[in-house]
Amino acid sequence: MERLETNICGLTLPNPLIAASGTVGFGHEISECTDLNLIGAITLKGTTLNKRFGNATPRIAEAASGIINSVGLQNPGAKAVIKEEIPRLRAVYKGVVIANISGFFLDEYAILSSLFDSCRDIDMIELNISCPNVGGGCISFGKDPASAAAVVGAARKNTSKPLIVKLTPNTADIREIAKACEDEGADAISLINTVSAMRIDIADRRPVLSNITGGLSGPAIFPIALSKVYEVSGRVKIPVIGMGGIESAKDVIEMMMAGASAVEIGAGFLKDPGIFKSILFKLPPLMDSLGIKNTGDIVGCAL
Amino acid sequence: MKQAVLNIDNTLFLTEDIFLLSLRGDVSDVTAPGEFVNIEIPGFFLRRPISVSQKRGDIIDLIIKIAGDGTKALSTLPKETKLNVLTGLGNGFNLPLSGDSPLIVSGGVGIAPMIWLAHKLLEMGKKPKALLGFGKKAEAGALSSLIPDGVSTVIATADKSLGIGGNVCDAYLEAFKGDENDYSYFFVSGPLSMIKAMYPLLRGDGEFSLEERMGCGFGACMGCSINTAQGPKRVCSDGPVFKKEELGWKD
Repeated sequence: MERLETNICGLTLPNPLIAASGTVGFGHEISECTDLNLIGAITLKGTTLNKRFGNATPRIAEAASGIINSVGLQNPGAKAVIKEEIPRLRAVYKGVVIANISGFFLDEYAILSSLFDSCRDIDMIELNISCPNVGGGCISFGKDPASAAAVVGAARKNTSKPLIVKLTPNTADIREIAKACEDEGADAISLINTVSAMRIDIADRRPVLSNITGGLSGPAIFPIALSKVYEVSGRVKIPVIGMGGIESAKDVIEMMMAGASAVEIGAGFLKDPGIFKSILFKLPPLMDSLGIKNTGDIVGCAL
Repeated sequence: MKQAVLNIDNTLFLTEDIFLLSLRGDVSDVTAPGEFVNIEIPGFFLRRPISVSQKRGDIIDLIIKIAGDGTKALSTLPKETKLNVLTGLGNGFNLPLSGDSPLIVSGGVGIAPMIWLAHKLLEMGKKPKALLGFGKKAEAGALSSLIPDGVSTVIATADKSLGIGGNVCDAYLEAFKGDENDYSYFFVSGPLSMIKAMYPLLRGDGEFSLEERMGCGFGACMGCSINTAQGPKRVCSDGPVFKKEELGWKD
């Protein structure tokens, strides 16, 4: 389906839909639940240098039109991901695989970038400087331009693969952070990560989440995400990958018109494991009705 | 796992806040007691994971306690309402391990998966015993009657209104001490506090059906992970049934 073909950072994806980090594990776990090879690209679960259990449960709370999570980057550690998880994914998936890395210190981003640079089954690396569910590092790197640039610099020295920087909306001026990342050599910006949020159980009179706060995803944040994608697209020249509450073919088109060259879908998949298939089915007739020949034609057209 | 559109066949209130919901449609992926389904409720973002209590032809029966706005809304939907349901989730109880005289222990609506379990064990020619704990008489009366005849049953009620007065642990110590009350294996389902209290009291091998707040319900998001003796496990897909040695809690 050439109309949906998406070129980004020198790679060709069959369509602009990318599975967001943390919502498909390492891909192979959900190969029975959905046709993986329909998905344009898959982003692996956030990987840290050392294995992490993450936060205690409850890790999930509900919000109106959304989900709040405080998983806390549960992952088996980079070495196990490279040695065990990625080969299992590659056995069942032929498309673009994006590693997602998080660090607590700059060194960790450098080491992780180097490790995934050497992993030939990885096509792109997404730098997580925006996870709200782990103490220290990570999200604090994403809160000001200088720290973000430092992370990109550390990663850039250690990989020649396309580097995507995933930004948080929980910050002052996301445009300046995006620009700093671009200046330091990032190849693309992805946004937004989750919005900091919480719930209280009024019977227990205590926070629902064990971690107290978590990150909100889902349709509730779509207009916020759209606005940030629009802002950042106006500020950088490198491609922007948009995410946050996308649930339909219409949402995909809207996000692309705001500036996204491709989109990530996360919470939508958790709710509807058939979402990639149904969006791909609905995109062509929707595009026909809007006079869109190829998805590539409308990137940023609303700017 | 399958995503199916099921029709509400019937809704029957068993007590003022517990209802039996029967859903009809393609339930071919529901195969064993211990499994659950994840139901999308119009107006709510997260699905609600509910154990399957019985499967009869193209109908599955679910026993649901109204826990919040979602289950409340679900209880009011009219017959023939179409619901989007993920079916065939979770692992089932390990029936081949039951031995001849397995013990079923449940607390409150934890009895839900045990009804189908009891039926299956009887079908296999086993002689199951059951210890069913409840908070109140109304619950005890309505739910315990769903366990099939042929299962020797002890009931415990916290408000002392029926059977042995006290919680499940008290009742267990009273009714199951001694060799004449031996059992070949145990199956346990109920609130975590009950499971933790029973864990050191039960003899030999057995398994526990756990529950946890879930994101997806099918193993993708790690929202329901618990730490076990064998590393992190997802309650939705590595469970909800976990063997005693898998959990490896301190006795």
